Amino acid sequence: MNLSELKKGEKAIILSIDESPIRIKLFEMGCIPGEHITLENIAPLGDPIAISVSDYKLSLRLDEAFYIQIQKVSTEQEPQAA
Amino acid sequence: MIIEKKIALIGNPNSGKSTLFNLLTGLNQKTANFPGVTVEKKTGVFQIPAQNGDSLQIEVTDLPGTYSIYPQSPDEEIPLSVLFDKNNSQHPACTILVADASNLKRSLFLCTQIIDLKIPVILALNMMDLVKAKGISINTEKLQEELGIPVVSMNALKNQGVDKLKELLLSDVLLKKQGFIDIQEVAGPLLQKASVELGLEDPYIAFQTLVNLGFAKLSGVEQSRIQLFMERNPIKTDSLQAKETLRRYELISQLLTLCVRKPLEESRKNFTNKLDKLLIHKIWGYVFFFGILFMIFQAIFSWSAYPMAFFQEIFGRVGEMINESMPEGVLRDLIVNGIMAGLGGIVIFIPQIALLFMFITLMEDTGYMSRGSFLMDKLMRRFGLNGKSVIPLMSGAACAVPAIMSARTIQNKKERLITILVTPLISCSARIPVYTLIISLVIPSKSIYGINLQGLVLMLLYLLGFIAALGSAWLMNFLIKAKEKSYFVMEMPIYRIPQMRNVIFAMVDKVKIFLFDAGKIIISISIILWVLSTYGPEKKFTEITQRFQTESMHVNKKESQELKKRMRAEKLEASYAGIIGKSIEPLIRPMGFDWKIGIALVTSFAAREVFVGTMSTIYSIGQEDTGISGIRDKMLNEKNPKTGQPLFTLAMGISLMLFYAFAMQCMSTVAVVYRETGGWKWPLIQILYMSGLAYAISTLTFQLLK
Repeated sequence: MNLSELKKGEKAIILSIDESPIRIKLFEMGCIPGEHITLENIAPLGDPIAISVSDYKLSLRLDEAFYIQIQKVSTEQEPQAA
Repeated sequence: MIIEKKIALIGNPNSGKSTLFNLLTGLNQKTANFPGVTVEKKTGVFQIPAQNGDSLQIEVTDLPGTYSIYPQSPDEEIPLSVLFDKNNSQHPACTILVADASNLKRSLFLCTQIIDLKIPVILALNMMDLVKAKGISINTEKLQEELGIPVVSMNALKNQGVDKLKELLLSDVLLKKQGFIDIQEVAGPLLQKASVELGLEDPYIAFQTLVNLGFAKLSGVEQSRIQLFMERNPIKTDSLQAKETLRRYELISQLLTLCVRKPLEESRKNFTNKLDKLLIHKIWGYVFFFGILFMIFQAIFSWSAYPMAFFQEIFGRVGEMINESMPEGVLRDLIVNGIMAGLGGIVIFIPQIALLFMFITLMEDTGYMSRGSFLMDKLMRRFGLNGKSVIPLMSGAACAVPAIMSARTIQNKKERLITILVTPLISCSARIPVYTLIISLVIPSKSIYGINLQGLVLMLLYLLGFIAALGSAWLMNFLIKAKEKSYFVMEMPIYRIPQMRNVIFAMVDKVKIFLFDAGKIIISISIILWVLSTYGPEKKFTEITQRFQTESMHVNKKESQELKKRMRAEKLEASYAGIIGKSIEPLIRPMGFDWKIGIALVTSFAAREVFVGTMSTIYSIGQEDTGISGIRDKMLNEKNPKTGQPLFTLAMGISLMLFYAFAMQCMSTVAVVYRETGGWKWPLIQILYMSGLAYAISTLTFQLLK
């Protein structure tokens, strides 16, 4: 699945980023394979979205999220926040 | 002895770079554009006393925020070219990389690229207070040892670590021979070949020359040789860049495990996340956003009225003083009506610019700007605009001049350009005097279903401005070709308390830019317009003066006042502006305008509200009764010489208002667009587009309604 399919509050791991004009940009911004991400916010009109990745919040449009291939991590397994 | 040295600040956006820049230089800073592009070039000067009694004078350049040395647009090539090109006038002896220490990974990405380019660099770990608050500990000694460059921990907000930084600047920063990344590992044997064939000793520089178009220009190797090499050795630059990026992050992660210790459990429900729940909420988010927009609008529309009136008063007084102390003549007239009027027309914008940039800097410094953009992006994208375009567009409803300057917050070049081009279509406050005068002429003052007709028309005109702006943006989105793709991949920084110093410096900076860059053009145009409306063919002018002189000998004081007004009107008619106004009559006839309005169109190119003043001169109404009602009565009685009917019919009035709604008619806007787009191309296109639109719509309306 890709990032545009993730729902609010769900967590995932980045698997790869498809070849695209923004691939390098996404890498630079820390969206690299193996990183854990959480979908934090969705704009009221459904687009853009904001994820947390490597300790900060990144916003991107759905058609950019489309290039990011992910694997969902089930939320239950995560330890509860203190 | 004073020794001069150049340094540069580089870093990610939101890393506190500007705070450090402001702290180092104080008000000894100036802003210009880098040659050829519209990227802001901020430079400043400060001194460091050395121990032996000498003093080091440091010129510091604040480079635009960037995440890497891979440029996505010509604008993003600037930092790289300053740092690497030894012929660049700002080329520094030493670079300071300002890093947000609470988010070290991304900063180290840029930092290690710079290390690999063999550029001397000091790593300044900023915002150490946030690091402490998050419970993170950074071993700076270890980091310094591993990177091989000086590392300073600091907190620019509290002035901590700045002395240590200055101390480091006193001595030369030594260069590390060894790069951070082993680029041979990434690019393979190809690189060795490139090094030999292109004569580039350093493998990393050879690598960048091959994969980075922006860099290739700086490497000192002839383009044709690079091209030849590429043809013989086909490489996928994109995948090599990707490989380098991934390898670099891998090494940085290893480095961070050595030097940084994070608490196991980071509290997720932090302040920023909580606040975001409210500020990008589907209802409260918009309530807050439009609340802020409304406040900005109020500020530049009404708050700024007081200081503006104050400036006007001062300029009026000074004008009077000059009038009294100087002998009557051309020189006095030039100073009072040409130069002083021009200066007054510039100074009047200061409160609006300062107030708008106070809000914008507050929004950027707190981190709110990216949220507003986030909320509006989807809506504005359809029109080829950016979420951030909302601020210039809304501010344009008060005044296009500060609004256009504020479009600088939009990073994407095409979106910024479209925003600049359509903002003057929004009805601004200078149109109000024109609208009110004409509405009072042609729209009856009565209410239908409790709605005041005159107020309704005024509102419709404002609405029309917004529609015209968005429609034009949509059109230009098709017509203007983009060299760079619009993307929205951007950081949403954590919320922070804004710095008063940054806010004040930004206000001062923007006012200075306007006064010195746009001011020159405004003064020139206003002097040209003064010449046009004061001078005319000499024969006619002397004839008018002589005739009125003879007449005034036989009249009393009151009648002489009347005569003076008539003389002014006749002189304006005989002036060059008058001649132009008369000669364009056939052209403006289809819109229903006569030569008198033609003259007002010429003079009100300075600013729309000048229309009212010119009308009062043409209808020989004196200074003492310039009130709108005075002009209104005269204009109401004006008859069309052909039909004998009133000249200001409903058709003509609406046509005139529409003309002022769409036509450029504002030299200050032209000057600011020239400054912001870096040339005459776009302001000229904009004038043609807006005048064309105004002409077409007014003609159509007049022909349909008459």
